[in-house]
Amino acid sequence: MSEKALIETRDLKQHFPLRKGLFGGKSQVVKAVDGISIEIPRRSVLGLVGESGSGKSTFGQAVMGLTKPTAGSMTFDGIDMATASSAELRGLKRRMQMVFQDPFSSLNPRMSVAETLGVPLRFHEPQLNGAQRKDRAAEMLERVGLPGQYVDRFPHEFSGGQRQRIGIARALMVHPDFIMADEVVSALDVSVQAQVLNLFGRLQRDLELTMLFITHDLAVVGHVSDFVAVMYLGRVVEIAPTRELFSSPKHPYTEALLSAAPTPQTKNRRQRIVLKGDIPSPLNPPSGCPFRTRCPYALEECAHSTPELREFASGHKAACIRDDLSLASATQQQKEPA
Amino acid sequence: MTKVLTVEDLTISFGTGDSELTVVHKVNFTLEAGKTLALVGESGSGKSVTSLGIMRLLSPSQSRVQGKIVLHSDEDIDLLSLSESRMRRLRGDRIAMIFQEPLTSLNPVYTIGDQIIEAIRSHRRMSKRNARQRAIELIDQVGIPDAEHRLGTYPHELSGGMRQRIMIAIALALEPDILIADEPTTALDVTVQAQILELLNRLQEETGMAMLFITHDFGVVADIADRTIVMYAGEMVEEGSTETVLERPLMPYTSGLMRAVPKLETAGLKEGDLESIEGFVPHPDNRPTGCSFHPRCTHALAGTCDVPPVPIEDAGDGHLVRCKRWKTLQEAAE
Repeated sequence: MSEKALIETRDLKQHFPLRKGLFGGKSQVVKAVDGISIEIPRRSVLGLVGESGSGKSTFGQAVMGLTKPTAGSMTFDGIDMATASSAELRGLKRRMQMVFQDPFSSLNPRMSVAETLGVPLRFHEPQLNGAQRKDRAAEMLERVGLPGQYVDRFPHEFSGGQRQRIGIARALMVHPDFIMADEVVSALDVSVQAQVLNLFGRLQRDLELTMLFITHDLAVVGHVSDFVAVMYLGRVVEIAPTRELFSSPKHPYTEALLSAAPTPQTKNRRQRIVLKGDIPSPLNPPSGCPFRTRCPYALEECAHSTPELREFASGHKAACIRDDLSLASATQQQKEPA
Repeated sequence: MTKVLTVEDLTISFGTGDSELTVVHKVNFTLEAGKTLALVGESGSGKSVTSLGIMRLLSPSQSRVQGKIVLHSDEDIDLLSLSESRMRRLRGDRIAMIFQEPLTSLNPVYTIGDQIIEAIRSHRRMSKRNARQRAIELIDQVGIPDAEHRLGTYPHELSGGMRQRIMIAIALALEPDILIADEPTTALDVTVQAQILELLNRLQEETGMAMLFITHDFGVVADIADRTIVMYAGEMVEEGSTETVLERPLMPYTSGLMRAVPKLETAGLKEGDLESIEGFVPHPDNRPTGCSFHPRCTHALAGTCDVPPVPIEDAGDGHLVRCKRWKTLQEAAE
């Protein structure tokens, strides 16, 4: 990472105060994102995995500048989003685009594809006229693998996979440098999911995009990402180059996630670690390490203070105080029961 | 092995007259006590409609269910010829069902306890006190601690995994012979999914019930099923022991689907494109002639695969495959 990263967050926090009932009372705070520092190098893909309630989507929104962070900073290409002028922000917003999960609710059913794809152009390239916008839309449709003449069609005429291609086309209309993709293949069938993942991979390479790829699916994240960050209760508990994370996880939560991911093999199955209980409420997180209540390796010390990320190998950090664990990887077939 | 349910030539269509659409075509299978059969397929494959057809939960005015569904209890009962009131007595009692989204299956204004007790007392003459006792046992059995206290809680107070455990408790309340589970772990996180699958496996060992497990995920199949049926466009395209189907699939759709899923073992290797299946599942009013998969199949041969009929053939050891070219493809692979 000699070149400066395109995206950098420093101790980013996003807390949401909860109002108590009619008579007030003690106000509570949901620490949805609680101090995240990451860098996404140019032209690379950071995968962000976590279960529901881990704060991964909230983090994505904070990165996109859709919410105002409670604390910490987010810089894009060296520009701090919090102190940027409105002219700078408008420029930044063109360079940062997003693709959403549900291709059924993220497209306006009453707008033709040409209109949908024209909206970002109206805003960022107002000099274009309607015919020019339509030409650009048709070009982009071909780029995402749909016939250009489909620009006059409406969303209901497309299947889920095709709609997701339109969502991707919309994000690419203004030639962004960065794409935030939040659960973009979760609503798709397996055979269609592979088509859309391949499209993402190809576009990312050809257009040299930097990406934040948010998903709950480990296998998907392993396929698309250069680096992976694992989130639990608002914090990153492990971050590493993808192969490294899957072949030698250092955090017990990563190990559990890898072992719980279903694999279509009936022989040589990995020893499964079934965690106890659910992810705790972010309203009332455990003291110390947030994972300790479900961790099979927790010690008494784990309750004392929240472990910070520390380096286990070059570029591989995990927030666990234990050095003595030998955790099961996803790439080896079997492990003796611990 | 004890057969508990036989499904013969089950065909389900919606609409009437010219607009009638057949979404399930001649599906055949049996369920055995203590065993799990998985129905796997993508959206539109007809897997969920098959399960609703078995439960007779499809509206008779809008759908037509043909074939035979025979429940083997003390006597053989053809479910399709039963009166609605007799069917209602069987539903929940002999055949129970759990669904994908437990929050929409539970009533938000009644406590968990009320809902379990209601399920018991609507089928059995039992005092409230005994039913309550049974509810506590059930909550305990599905692995929820502090069962007695949980009786008074409402669905919104529970997590997704807990709610699915409650649904399972209600389904098991009357010790059914058959549990139909329609994507019961799809809405859950992976760590919770692992818990629920483990629970279902344990409960099956304890009760000896037969399970019909509907899913789109081959990974889940590997965890739960003894036998597996792969469905495509309303037809069974492959059936066999789970090991056979997953390790030695013969139908190009099955193997293609498995190759399309990214693998944990190769994570981060950046091996380039996944093998995808081009196109999408055909709409029921626009089914291709011959093999319904042939327009998307890389092995399809004009003049062979687009000519009906395409029968399902036995490739040995109860491994069934609906592909005219399976022998050729198998020889080519060896």
